[in-house]
Amino acid sequence: MGVQYKTVMMKPSDNVAIALMDLPKGAVVPVVCEGHQQEVQLVQDIRFGHKFAVKPIAEGAEILKYGEIIGRASSEISMGEHVHVHNLEGIRGRGDKVESRVQ
Amino acid sequence: MNLEYNNQLLGYRRPDGKVGVRNHVLILPTITCATQAAKQITELVQGTVSFIHQHGCAQVGEDYDQTFRTYVGMGLNPNVYGVVVLGLGCETHQARSVAGEIAKSGKPVEVVSIQDNGGTLMTIAQGAKVAAKMVQDASAQRREPFDFSELIIGTECGGSDACSGLSANPAVGVVSDLVVEAGGTAILAETTELIGAEHLLAKRAVNDQVAKRVYEVIEQMENRAILMGVDIRTGNPSPGNIEGGLSSLEEKSLGASNKSGTTPLKELINYAEPPSQKGLVWMDTPGHDIEQLTGMVAGGAQVVLFTSGRGTPTGSPIAPVIKISTNTAMFENMSDNMDLNAGTIIEGEETIGEVGQRIFEEIKEVSSGKLTKSEILKQHDFGIWRIGPTF
Repeated sequence: MGVQYKTVMMKPSDNVAIALMDLPKGAVVPVVCEGHQQEVQLVQDIRFGHKFAVKPIAEGAEILKYGEIIGRASSEISMGEHVHVHNLEGIRGRGDKVESRVQ
Repeated sequence: MNLEYNNQLLGYRRPDGKVGVRNHVLILPTITCATQAAKQITELVQGTVSFIHQHGCAQVGEDYDQTFRTYVGMGLNPNVYGVVVLGLGCETHQARSVAGEIAKSGKPVEVVSIQDNGGTLMTIAQGAKVAAKMVQDASAQRREPFDFSELIIGTECGGSDACSGLSANPAVGVVSDLVVEAGGTAILAETTELIGAEHLLAKRAVNDQVAKRVYEVIEQMENRAILMGVDIRTGNPSPGNIEGGLSSLEEKSLGASNKSGTTPLKELINYAEPPSQKGLVWMDTPGHDIEQLTGMVAGGAQVVLFTSGRGTPTGSPIAPVIKISTNTAMFENMSDNMDLNAGTIIEGEETIGEVGQRIFEEIKEVSSGKLTKSEILKQHDFGIWRIGPTF
């Protein structure tokens, strides 16, 4: 008997899904969303509530959840990898990035 | 109480025609120097509430106005039967001016000043004396039927986690729609936590003017971080949000905006300003839990819905706050503080619509007298969004 791994993907255009339980490294988990269906092998442990990539994401590419932009990849992200503050950076409210605009 | 039929609620009618869901006598200190005396009065007189704050002096311009508006709004909130305004005497926010604005509603209002009364002890005695009379008069008032068209519901989220955008916030969105359909008003707040989701709300604005205001308040809020030269992520999302799985402000905002449901955005109002329209309105507040709560209550919200993933004790001195957990583990861990659980959506036991309906039913109960956890634990939080320095 395998464990029933629970995940949720908000929109088919998203490139991340969310763990609805603690998911172990190596697990092959189902990702289903409005007709979109795939399996993702996790390359590391993903904790409840955290995100993982459902496809490879290039450095600098937009990261999508709810079908909307939640940030940009700050490094290359492979499928099944944990997506969080270490490899996703917010684009908005970045006073640290706009020295040239403020003067 | 039989609340089975329609959407009938039971509340206290005020002289200005508005309806309260509570019947408090508010001891309102307009200056930080009077907050300790105010607290002493609440310990002497049952049925009175107050709050501690650090404002009311050496404030100027728009910052002065916003604090003034907040004090007046707290007194005008229909959950308040009458007000004892407590001042020191020499402060910028004069007790008498605040009392004068509140008295226009026809509510009982008294002013007690520490300097006029010869010090703390006589002030407490005088304040307690007028408060005791008001409490007895308030106790003689009976609840009477009213409906959702007279209700303003505040919505907020705090201590968010990755479940917030999946369970409790969409369920509150369902409630927001139900309240609006029933003729009531729902306030969406926390401008900071709508950065990255503003385009979705601007599309729902009733006219171009409201849509323009959406982009304006977002830009002003974002510019505050930019002018400080910092990544807004150093403060928001908070460490607890990040621990819970939220990676950026945009991600948090897209989850937070779910609380607004699907109805048109009728207007954009300033902090602590009463809505002039029924339906969905956006109040420009920061994401800070207590400051946004205070703004909505001062704007006239009689009941507040508050979703949380990490858990929070937050409450208001004058408005019931119904706290809704986004996940079952936290609901069980913080049962002292949380009123309802939306974690059943994550487990697949209930749909978003079913939880929304359950919250809607709870609003009816609470509006008609059922106490919330934060009221029972006397969680009397208050904080004003300051927009200028103290001088």
